[in-house]
Amino acid sequence: MVESLDRSQGRAGAPATAGSSTPATFTGNRALQIEEPLIFEMGQPGRCGVDLPEPPKVKDRLNGLRRNGEIGLPGLSEPQVVQHYTRLSQKNYAIDMGVYPLGSCTMKHNPRINEKVARLAGIGDLHPLQPVSTVQGALELIDSLAHWLKTLTGMPAVAMSPAAGAHGEMCGMMAIAAALEAKGERAKRRIVLAPESAHGTNPATAAALGFTVKPIPANARGRVDLAALKSALGPEVAAIMLTNPNTCGLFESEIIEISKAVHEAGAYFYCDGANFNAIVGRVRPGDLGVDCMHINLHKTFSTPHGGGGPGAGPVVLSAALAPYAPYPWIVKQGDAWTVAEDGAKVDGKPLGRLKAFHGQMGMFTRALAYIMSHGADGLKQAAEDAVLSANYVMAALKDVMTPAFEGPCMHEALFDDSFLKDTGVSTLDFAKAMIDEGYHPMTMYFPLVVHGAMLVEPTESQAKEDLDLFIAAMRSLTERAKSGTAAEDFKAAPRYSPRRRLDETLAARKPILRWRPSNSPPGGDPMRQAAE
Amino acid sequence: MSTKYTNEHEWIRIEGDVGTIGITSYAQEQLGDVVFVEVPAVGRKVAKGESVAVVESVKAASDIYAPITGEVVESNAALADSPGDVNAEPTGKGWFFKIKFSNKAELDGLMDDAAYDAFVKSLG
Repeated sequence: MVESLDRSQGRAGAPATAGSSTPATFTGNRALQIEEPLIFEMGQPGRCGVDLPEPPKVKDRLNGLRRNGEIGLPGLSEPQVVQHYTRLSQKNYAIDMGVYPLGSCTMKHNPRINEKVARLAGIGDLHPLQPVSTVQGALELIDSLAHWLKTLTGMPAVAMSPAAGAHGEMCGMMAIAAALEAKGERAKRRIVLAPESAHGTNPATAAALGFTVKPIPANARGRVDLAALKSALGPEVAAIMLTNPNTCGLFESEIIEISKAVHEAGAYFYCDGANFNAIVGRVRPGDLGVDCMHINLHKTFSTPHGGGGPGAGPVVLSAALAPYAPYPWIVKQGDAWTVAEDGAKVDGKPLGRLKAFHGQMGMFTRALAYIMSHGADGLKQAAEDAVLSANYVMAALKDVMTPAFEGPCMHEALFDDSFLKDTGVSTLDFAKAMIDEGYHPMTMYFPLVVHGAMLVEPTESQAKEDLDLFIAAMRSLTERAKSGTAAEDFKAAPRYSPRRRLDETLAARKPILRWRPSNSPPGGDPMRQAAE
Repeated sequence: MSTKYTNEHEWIRIEGDVGTIGITSYAQEQLGDVVFVEVPAVGRKVAKGESVAVVESVKAASDIYAPITGEVVESNAALADSPGDVNAEPTGKGWFFKIKFSNKAELDGLMDDAAYDAFVKSLG
């Protein structure tokens, strides 16, 4: 028996072991599965990865406000830093590693041509404070992307600067608030309607802007209950926030009636574009009566996200809301591109500025590369393939798992947990067991309208044989869960991940938000300034 | 003293003109481990159906609605430090807040023990 080093660093959660049949190793490592300390637990004082010149002698102008505690940064060489982060990256599961079926997140492949284009010196080396005359191409790039986003959505205007989906929601709802203000109805229209299945950010955005959120129930088909919506509409309603396809992976088939009813009641229609990937090239939201919609470039248009961000959430606007689009605007004057900044004279009444500079230039570049390299036919096929993949998964699993709703789905397949009834296995256990099988779990317990929800979005990126293996793995897990004897095994999952199941409850109830050296008393602060 | 139930899985225990409100055992079971509870400030006037508290679990965040119109006369501040009380004793230490009400008739539409049991059974 090898006696193992204690490398727990005092942290909770024992390293994963595959069971007593696997002998321990001396280092605690298991091949490429390295027990990795925090970077603050590594290194030596005084060690440094770069050779800095002696600082010049300067007169102390700090008036005695001199730090006399440790700054608390670890001393590390360059190879130590590189090895540390490479080892950490090996513990990560990423889009580039396999099926990543996290529903409602569109974890699709990020084509490498996007990266190549984004790294071209004329694009990658730009600075947002460069003179406008030196970034004409970049401004044209933003304008080109804006053109294609307007074309694909059938909308007359777009605000490019919002930084991601929720920021885009904020932009769109601020435009709605500004339009209501202009009509003198802001004080009267206080209510925003959102379906029960809405993304949590929808009600959060509305509430943050001072609206009262009223939930709209779903019908038995997983769509908005039109009758309930109509009875909720009235002179106090400012807007509805609706995702289409919705978070049950279903197309809101009564969307035209919905938008008509909303507009007849004097309210606006905010569409959450998180699921736009399912309909690009097939449906133009503008034709559905949408007043504004954010587009997650990092979902639909394949720019990195999920730790590889940043995101980008341009918002397309109807003619009614276009005048309120925030600064900056890209404007062409003669042959020259210019940027209309705060206070510039433009047609309309911009609601202000939401973000420094122009938006996420790197994401704009990647999204435009994606659009141009796919072409109209390719974009449409990507949407169709995403829907086909989800229906393939749904069809291949519906005899052993339980689809939440009847009929075909759009880009994601939603299951409830009734197939796990009386097995002792929960949705959470099932998801953890997927990790052992080498898959990132699907979205679970969301949307809330479905009991023990499992939301699978395979995207268009996976080859059929990869989907087949995923399906076979899901079927195998389902069979094991239903055998009636595997509940304990499921509760013990994951077995093969760097850590076993973590205590999510304790982490939420008593979070430890900061690392402290083990010799530091609780509450002691090594970063404290000696100002006292 | 009697206890009534809403179809949002809240219970209200009536003593005189004060009702104590919490969530049912079924509700805490569905939510899973409760990790955060936000209770209303004492003195707040609330209308029946108004969202007045929030309960958050490892799975979901849910609003708690006032089952009756009135004024909040007491809130269970202890839940801030021990949200697990909602799981351990949903109808005891895990109570949320108390409302002093004037129109008891608003409770007429709520369920009694037997009706609520049947309601939960109907949910499968």
